Amino acid sequence: MSVAAVTIDHHGDPSTATGIPNKKLLFWAFLASDCMFFGTLISTHLVYRLHPPPGNPVPTQIFNIELMSFSTFILLMSSLMMALAVNAIQRGNVRSMRSSLLVTIAFGLIFLGCQVFEFNDFVFEKHVTITNSIFGSTFFTLTGTHGTHVAIGVLWLTLMYIRSFKPATAVGGGWVMRAVVHLLVFAAAVLLAMYATLGFAHAALASGVNWTMLAAYSSSYGSAVGGAFLAAGGLRVLGMEQGPVDFDVRNADDVESMGLYWHFVDIVWIVIFTAVYLLEYVFPAGPVR
Amino acid sequence: MTTLPVKPFLLFRRPTARTGLIAWLTTVDHKKIGVMYGLFALSFFLLGGVEALVIRTQLIVPNNHLISAHFYSELFTMHGTTMIFLAVMPLNSAFFNLLVPLQIGARDVAFPRLNAFSLWIFVAGAVILNVGWFIKAGAPAAGWFGYAPLTSKTYTPDISADLWTVGLQVLGLSSIVGSLNFITTIINLRAPGMTMMRLPVFCWMALITSFLLILALPSIAIALIEVIFDRHFGTSFFEVSNGGQPILWQHLFWIFGHPEVYILILPAMGYVSEILPTFSGKPLFGYPIVVFSGALIGFIGFGVWSHHMFTTGMGTVATSAFALATMAIAVPTGVKIFNWIGTLWGGQLRLRTPMMFALGFLWLFMMGGFSGIMHSAAPADSQQHNSYFVVAHFHYVLIGGATFGLLAAMHYWFPKFFGRLVDEFWGKVSFWTIFVGFNATFFPMHFLGLNGMPRRTWTYDSNMGWNGANFVSTMGAYLLGVGVLIYVVTLLWSYFKGRAAGPDPWDARTLEWSIPSPPPVYNFAAIPMVHARDAWWYEKHHPEETAREQTAHVREEAAHGGIHLPDQSWYPLASAGSLLVAGLFFAVSNYPAAIGAVVVMVAAIYLWSLEGPGGYHLHPEGAAGSGLAGAPEPGSGHENSSSPS
Repeated sequence: MSVAAVTIDHHGDPSTATGIPNKKLLFWAFLASDCMFFGTLISTHLVYRLHPPPGNPVPTQIFNIELMSFSTFILLMSSLMMALAVNAIQRGNVRSMRSSLLVTIAFGLIFLGCQVFEFNDFVFEKHVTITNSIFGSTFFTLTGTHGTHVAIGVLWLTLMYIRSFKPATAVGGGWVMRAVVHLLVFAAAVLLAMYATLGFAHAALASGVNWTMLAAYSSSYGSAVGGAFLAAGGLRVLGMEQGPVDFDVRNADDVESMGLYWHFVDIVWIVIFTAVYLLEYVFPAGPVR
Repeated sequence: MTTLPVKPFLLFRRPTARTGLIAWLTTVDHKKIGVMYGLFALSFFLLGGVEALVIRTQLIVPNNHLISAHFYSELFTMHGTTMIFLAVMPLNSAFFNLLVPLQIGARDVAFPRLNAFSLWIFVAGAVILNVGWFIKAGAPAAGWFGYAPLTSKTYTPDISADLWTVGLQVLGLSSIVGSLNFITTIINLRAPGMTMMRLPVFCWMALITSFLLILALPSIAIALIEVIFDRHFGTSFFEVSNGGQPILWQHLFWIFGHPEVYILILPAMGYVSEILPTFSGKPLFGYPIVVFSGALIGFIGFGVWSHHMFTTGMGTVATSAFALATMAIAVPTGVKIFNWIGTLWGGQLRLRTPMMFALGFLWLFMMGGFSGIMHSAAPADSQQHNSYFVVAHFHYVLIGGATFGLLAAMHYWFPKFFGRLVDEFWGKVSFWTIFVGFNATFFPMHFLGLNGMPRRTWTYDSNMGWNGANFVSTMGAYLLGVGVLIYVVTLLWSYFKGRAAGPDPWDARTLEWSIPSPPPVYNFAAIPMVHARDAWWYEKHHPEETAREQTAHVREEAAHGGIHLPDQSWYPLASAGSLLVAGLFFAVSNYPAAIGAVVVMVAAIYLWSLEGPGGYHLHPEGAAGSGLAGAPEPGSGHENSSSPS
């Protein structure tokens, strides 16, 4: 028996009646529930787009479809990286899992950055807010709920990444302090990098990329860029190998549950991208004929 | 794989008290959680009953000015909300907790700490809903259905609507979390041999109810978010002047609201399906048909919501489709009734109190079903809509059905969890008082409705021809109140003075009766081997085989360290407490404080996951009676990993 127990079946759990691990079953049920949450939000948007009141913005005139196609592609690719991370930990390869997780996190953040840019553009350039039209109400609530799901996913991925550094021989709470520092450095790196990147995008859109613009950018965003690089360096140091860790193939179910969530959020975005964005180009919103 | 002992860095030390207040606050034992659910729910049941009695007192005579019209609105709003969300649903949750692990032969639910979390956020939601009684804004007053635009800033400028929306949102979270847990538990934690088609019918109904909850609650959760955004952030989901359409609220509410009535009634069908066979001395007639009918009810239940909206002008096609679906859902319901009658047929009936309530359920639920079929015909419904006929109908279903099922269940399983029988004489007295009082209250309402008396009316004129029926109805309500009081006092008396019950006082059929009353913390000294649908009945008639298998199971388990039980934890209570604070701050629009409380909650949940399930081992045989002296397992602070331990 003990010899046979060395090979671990990633998909089965002999202690449950069905062989499906409890966590995975709970997650599948949760995703069924989450389908209904998004279904209700998407229905609300689709019902209201059929009855636009006077003064409702015309979606095709405000959408930045190129940017959203790009971010959709990035989110799809993040699912690929997530799948690779799950595969890596199922093989017991923690290092490979970590690098896949980092790319998944980066792609998730690029998606969120695009959404921040889009919301900013709608509110300040195109004057579509959550309050001034029914389109704004349904659009921001729906895409904002999805963005919140992505943000929770990014937080979860980050926590799992940090968790994978727990030393196998940890005694006492020292590693938790280190994990908190790790998380704070991670948050600093992400926020500074996003701030600097979005600042660059806005500056470039305003006056094109030239020496004057770069000089102005570096004087106002220089410290943010420097801080981001500093924090990234800190992450590199904190991410260095320090002996055996308490994270291995037994944690595959945890990573896989997270993966289920991440893929689900991705699939929901495919539906939103189709129903909210692409639909407007095929059947422009208007009263039911 | 050896794990090194790890002392976790955590805010709270892991509690180990097995008795006293801390043991209850930090418990992860499904039986303690079930008892607490039951006690909270019973308190709210009594509160909702008092609200109903004030309503009936206001309507006892025409042109009554005992209470103000606004207070009347608060009362009927909170009566409905309390009875549905704080009494019947949590009482059913109490029985899910108490019975499901015992009936499937498990030691606990799949996620014990998540289960404690469901309980405590239920309490948080209940507090948020009821806090309005104690503040100037008053309790929510827009009806339990909260129709837009009644809940808008225009019509409810004070925070009572915020308390209602936030409170319901928190309660919905509690139900979803609990249901996910029970779905996993019922599917995954069944004892060896307990196939799905050997599952007790109650567990089947709990499973179907849980699926209905996770699929129906999102609809109202989003609708509530839309109302919350309208009120707090100036969106216009239900603001007509800006393109919003209040009818959307009705659709989203009833997409939840109709499955909700099956959420309330399916568990009652489960209790009755356990009680009738026991007291008839026969197995349940047509078990697979009863199970599939339950599933079919759950399925069709998602396609009938618009029968609450026949008078909104949906058009003939939609109206006909929803009318047909509503008529169709009567078929599986009727099939169940025939199966219960088939169970009684030719049985050795023992008319004990639980059986009386179960028979009362059968009769009264059927009457509610008949008036339900009358509603399904859209032309007839447009006459009955918003009249007292509807009030009569759904009270027959929710009291005669859901509540009678619960009253039967409390009587039936009381000896199992408290070790004492409920007094039979006073039980019967309470049954007859409740039965007569209930019919006297609600039967005249059919005629009041057909005579045109509208629902939610604060008072009425004396020349409408409604005086006599209203008087009878109020007298009936007082009798019903006396009956419930007798029922509760009898339970309390029996808790202290009742005759000791053995493990199996009713000569029953399911596994919970195979273990001592009250059950030990580990439920089953040996995990049972299930050979038949009525598992305990089979065990009773095959004692040698059972003893042999149980010895083998005990030996096998002892080889793995003995019975494994999870550790208690503070984190479910801590995170639910933070959610309560967050909800209250959000309702009063103090967003920074609310966000702060949510951050605390997230931190508590993260520490919860770092804390891990932990656990300790028990050796009930070796400890000879004292039993509970558990030694901590090495590595009990080990991470939340999925390692088979």
